[in-house]
Amino acid sequence: MPLWLDLLIRVAAVMAGFLVLPLVIGQAEHKVMAHMQGRVGPMYAGAFHGWAQLVADGVKFVQKEDITPRDADRAVFQLAPIVALFPYLVVILTIPLGPGLVAQSLDIGLFLVLAVLGIGVVAVLMSAWSSANKYSLLGGVRGAAQLLGYELPLVLAAASVAMAAGTLSLPGIVEAWQPWWLIWQAPAALVFFIAGLAEIRRPPFDMPIADSELVFGYMTEYTGLRFAFFLLAEYVGIVVIAALTTVLFLGGWHGPFEETFGWLWTLLKIGALSFVIIWLRVTYPRLREDQLQRLCWLVLVPVSLAQLVLTVAVKSLL
Amino acid sequence: MSENGERNVPGKGLLDGLAVTLKTLTRRSTTQQYPDVQPDLPPRSRGVIALSEENCTVCMLCARECPDWCIYIDSHKEEVVVPGAARARQRNVLDKFDIDFSLCMYCGICIEVCPFDALHWTPEFEYAETDVLSLLHDKDRLGEWMRTVPPPPVHDVLGEPSKEEATAARKAAGPGAATAAKTARPGGVRTRPPATAPPAVPPPPAAEPAPETDK
Repeated sequence: MPLWLDLLIRVAAVMAGFLVLPLVIGQAEHKVMAHMQGRVGPMYAGAFHGWAQLVADGVKFVQKEDITPRDADRAVFQLAPIVALFPYLVVILTIPLGPGLVAQSLDIGLFLVLAVLGIGVVAVLMSAWSSANKYSLLGGVRGAAQLLGYELPLVLAAASVAMAAGTLSLPGIVEAWQPWWLIWQAPAALVFFIAGLAEIRRPPFDMPIADSELVFGYMTEYTGLRFAFFLLAEYVGIVVIAALTTVLFLGGWHGPFEETFGWLWTLLKIGALSFVIIWLRVTYPRLREDQLQRLCWLVLVPVSLAQLVLTVAVKSLL
Repeated sequence: MSENGERNVPGKGLLDGLAVTLKTLTRRSTTQQYPDVQPDLPPRSRGVIALSEENCTVCMLCARECPDWCIYIDSHKEEVVVPGAARARQRNVLDKFDIDFSLCMYCGICIEVCPFDALHWTPEFEYAETDVLSLLHDKDRLGEWMRTVPPPPVHDVLGEPSKEEATAARKAAGPGAATAAKTARPGGVRTRPPATAPPAVPPPPAAEPAPETDK
């Protein structure tokens, strides 16, 4: 197979996953959230239980006028949604679905993933500052404080599993994974998942958006397709956090018949974790700013540090 | 359950919250598919007020009792020549009977107060308008709602007999029995099965002389 064809197939597959998975999860969120609240959710678009709701939403967003506020910093304002969306695309590139089934296998995959995820805070600050809107700015500053804070437990928890596996390569970590790691790395998994929720600013960590106090936080001034990009980034974020937790802590493709159905196991685990993310959103109220920081610095960081010690201890005993 | 007992288990509240949402997920949703499926309303729902024009005597009780003055009535008097009578009788004729449903608060006082059953509740509710002025229903529109008035609920078997029935029974028993029937009523009603309720036979008008003609 020539190199260009190989590249084309890989990029097309990643783009397909990048566009389809968030839609599936977005639709699942509509329906699951509705039923958890005793409603039925969208029922009309696409005739059967509103399956085409998000497609219809997309069409609507495309039709909307793309407004840039007069006082906004035009270039930065228009670039921010892309900066919010693009890192997730890069992360999806490195996530292995099955044995050998990965778009780009990197030896420093985990390092790249964590580095790229950190770009999210830049997008938040860009959109917040360039909007020339006080609600946007408040949301952006809250977002920056939250994202910088939760970066630490996220990285520490990921470091723990990387130490356990002895590699930074994501497929390598999955290959080294053993079922008893579920217990050994359980605190790190919890910390990673919670910090990941905060990184993608999902409720109950949606303080930067907080629609009841900040209109829509740093997204207040966005309309049309740029707003849709931010929304898409949120759903891709769910996929990315669920996928990373799956790959790092839940053993990725490991399961019965993993040679043939490994990719299915990965997708199933991602789906289950996405359900939990939606479930948490429906159940819990938004954390206050002080509760948010307290949870990060007084719970998650100490727990992940203790996990590091535990990992080192078990690793050196074996 | 004491508050202290619950606080002793950390994280129990969080788990309870998750359990609540998960339980709701498994239950059937209570959403009514309204425009597709008509709601099953109880017959005494307060949807809209219907007017039975021929029952109205223009006594104006409804208009005066209405708390937000949303009933507008206009009428004139007509002379009715009764053959054999000394002079012509006068009769009120309804010209206008409007209810402004943009003001109405559906308290139902007008219906309660109407002595002649000219106003009725009906469960119809689909009369929304794009123009608020169109919510003023005139007497023809109010009369059309009469078709949708549900039949009155059956009389409670254990309840007191209706006022009309009791009065008719008293009159049928004769003038002397009036007080006796009144005092005996509560006991007598319960033992009497509904099938043999007092026959509502009004006495012939001739047997009930009016005071004026008596002299």
